[in-house]
Amino acid sequence: MSTLTQPTGTASTPAPEVRTYASYSRPYWQRVVLSREFAVIALLVAVFVYSQSQVDYFDGPQTLYYLFRDTASILLLALPMTAIIVTGEIDLSVASIVGLTSVAFGMLHVDAGMSVTLAAVLAVAIGAVCGAFNGFLVAYVGLPSIAVTIGTLALFRGIGAGLLGTESRTDFPDSWTDLAKERIVEGQPYPMILIPFAVLAVLFALMLHFSSFGRGIYEIGLNDEAAHFTGVDVARTKAVLFVLSGTVAGFVGIYTTLVTGVARAENSTGLELPVIAACLLGGVSIFGGKGALHGVIAGVLLIGVIQRAMLLESFTINIINITIGVLLVLSVMSTSLLALGRRAVAAGRGARDSRRPPSAPASGR
Amino acid sequence: MVEQSRVALELRDVAKSFGAVAALRSGTLVVERGSIHALVGENGAGKSTLVKIVAGVHRRDSGTFRLHGEDVDFASTAESKGSGVAVIYQEPTLFPDLSVTENIFMGRQPRSRFGRIDRGAMHREALELFARLGVEIDPRRPALGLSIADQQIIEIAKAISLDASVLIMDEPTAALSGVEVERLFAVARSLRDEGRALVFISHRFEEVFALCDTVTVMRDGAYVSTDPIAEITVDDIVSRMVGREVADLFPKTPATIGEPVLEVEGLERAGVFHDVSFTVRAGEIVGLAGLVGAGRSEIARAVFGVDGYDAGSVRLAGRPVKPRNPRAAIRSGMAFVPEDRRKQGLVTDGSVARNVAGVIRGGLARAGLLTSAAENRAAGPWAAKLEVKTSALDMHAATMSGGNQQKVVIAKWLATDPTLLIIDEPTRGIDVGTKAEVHRLLSELAGEGLAILMISSELPEVLGMADRVLVVCEGRITADIDRADATPENVMRAATNATSHTAEEVPA
Ligand SMILES: Nc1ncnc2c1ncn2[C@@H]1O[C@H](COP(=O)(O)OP(=O)(O)OP(=O)(O)O)[C@@H](O)[C@H]1O
Ligand SMILES: [Mg+2]
Repeated sequence: MSTLTQPTGTASTPAPEVRTYASYSRPYWQRVVLSREFAVIALLVAVFVYSQSQVDYFDGPQTLYYLFRDTASILLLALPMTAIIVTGEIDLSVASIVGLTSVAFGMLHVDAGMSVTLAAVLAVAIGAVCGAFNGFLVAYVGLPSIAVTIGTLALFRGIGAGLLGTESRTDFPDSWTDLAKERIVEGQPYPMILIPFAVLAVLFALMLHFSSFGRGIYEIGLNDEAAHFTGVDVARTKAVLFVLSGTVAGFVGIYTTLVTGVARAENSTGLELPVIAACLLGGVSIFGGKGALHGVIAGVLLIGVIQRAMLLESFTINIINITIGVLLVLSVMSTSLLALGRRAVAAGRGARDSRRPPSAPASGR
Repeated sequence: MVEQSRVALELRDVAKSFGAVAALRSGTLVVERGSIHALVGENGAGKSTLVKIVAGVHRRDSGTFRLHGEDVDFASTAESKGSGVAVIYQEPTLFPDLSVTENIFMGRQPRSRFGRIDRGAMHREALELFARLGVEIDPRRPALGLSIADQQIIEIAKAISLDASVLIMDEPTAALSGVEVERLFAVARSLRDEGRALVFISHRFEEVFALCDTVTVMRDGAYVSTDPIAEITVDDIVSRMVGREVADLFPKTPATIGEPVLEVEGLERAGVFHDVSFTVRAGEIVGLAGLVGAGRSEIARAVFGVDGYDAGSVRLAGRPVKPRNPRAAIRSGMAFVPEDRRKQGLVTDGSVARNVAGVIRGGLARAGLLTSAAENRAAGPWAAKLEVKTSALDMHAATMSGGNQQKVVIAKWLATDPTLLIIDEPTRGIDVGTKAEVHRLLSELAGEGLAILMISSELPEVLGMADRVLVVCEGRITADIDRADATPENVMRAATNATSHTAEEVPA
């Protein structure tokens, strides 16, 4: 492409007296405060502050540590999942890739006698290959991702079970399993896993919100035909995202294995659902084109805090699930509710101002 | 004023705002039975908003709205349809997965005696409608993949078949060429003679004068005037619309014609176009004329690479361009303004800035980082150059009037500084003032050495702008006429009559 020439400087320079435009139709605070992401963050802060003061032991030394340690997998998987859902696709196979890579990692280290590092690198590579398989079928064969990844959800889990059956591998060096559980600073509630998470979160945020590739991701979700006409490589973009998803799932497979000390096929079964739930709660539209990473991260943490606080209050797991389910449904509905509310207000105003006859609307048939 | 009983549709001082944007401040339109009433105004004047209030899409904030003398207030499109109002919207709204027939009879399928949908009757009626409009569209095919012109025709067929007492047409002809327009006019006149009231919106004044008997002018969301067509001139209308003088249309400035930029050889796609060869040189504007469905847009799409082709080659500045790869085409210096702006040209739910910077954004990144600020800085001047009317760069394209959306698409491609601009219906839905602006811009760009391939269904535009006119008929180039020799007659002859024009007429 003979790319950009700023219009200033070419012979066709706009005359100085031409129109200028405001960059934004609303002031900065409104754009921040009236966003879906802000609502989730505010709710997170509110629930957290409430729990700190009202829930016994919530402010204890272990609560936050376990909160981060247990939600780390969801936090990590939600990063690529956000990008995939923004393109209008979905990846249901992530938890199965976690299981498969956990098995592969365990067997490569314990059975094949590889070092932890080498086994981990290979396991992540296996995750990437799984993602590439999904990506190929979705992006280049053109199959719907929901069908493809339901299939590979069973397939990848099945391969893991075929390799290890109901057995497990537990012989991992203490230095590694301890590292997975260690705190960044002794006495603080932040586990080590937050470091790779923070690095990945920054990278994904740059990709999604501050790159041309990321703009393409949103365009695909909003209108893939126009994206194609604009020169976005729709298929390649989707394929790349599925590979990223598989790669991150491979990393989570290793983390899960080390933090629990067990490699087995059933690891993280069903984890795809909380990941997707957190994305939707965080403001990602299941139809694609809308959502932001900070909202999703807040969504994951919100679910985590509610779970933990309710556990401490000794609610049963069923009640906790019901609460989170209701919250999710409400949040997804909130968009339509808002639109409905706005329409009601507009209609009310219309009826008030227009000289509408007292009788039912006349029909001039 | 007109006698009350003759008035079919009456809107007075109607206002409508969207948030802070006052789309319509004081709209007035009084249409009599047995009349074809033109509604004209600049892009964003509020014409479509007025139409949508009548259609029940929007609800007015204030003002009077009467139908056949009775106050009405439609809360839904079903209510307005039920009251005998049919509307052809500016942008076709077909269901892509349904067949053409199903689209026409959406929601009111004729039933057979046993309550089943009578497909036979639907099919027959659709065929009759198309015969009346003089087009050949297979009623059984899905709407998906129809050209924008065909979609317009289907919308027209749908509206006509409603048997409405008030028919409103929002730029129905914007994508149609002479022959289809004539057919539509014949149908419109017969509806008028049956005593129905018609509203016709168009930016083409020849059409307004040929078809309508009364004309209402709007400016900036408000009513300006209503006059019988016989008592008004184009210049009057234009000055009332714009509130200032407008430069000449088609201000063709001579440009030096240079080296070949685009060379298309033997392009072929089974069943669509055959043996298409032509050259566009630097500084040259080549017009592709022809009837709707002749294959002009398909040729353009194949050249740009959004569609594939079976045989032939495309070269740009001497280098072959990879087929079926718009990225390669863009990289080699092509720009393509497609005919369907809402589906192909724009991301309607994206902001003006992101749309305008959509192709060049790769080059805006600093150290790999692309910020909204950089996009805004790059988009602003181009939006200004095309005089895009919007309150801020973060407004979604969906909230803009049709003509302004078109300007955004043009701005987006001009920003790439291309060597070849392919432009399909450059001024579809654009008002006089801006149209002159776009024409001046195209001329100026050609003067700077840009090669332009222009598809237009508006014959005066082709004849006024093009250095050379290629006429396409049934997928073949049937004539290559120089600017000096091009007349409406010989272009139309070549466009309608494939068999009598053999390859000899095309200089090799
Ligand atoms: N949903 C909306 N939200 C915000 N602004 C809107 C919306 N719909 C229309 N507008 C604004 O209202 C104004 C009038 O738009 P309208 O579509 O009625 O113009 P028009 O006369 O039909 O123009 P054109 O000739 O380009 O079709 C425009 O400035 C447009 O940006
Ligand atoms: Mg309009």
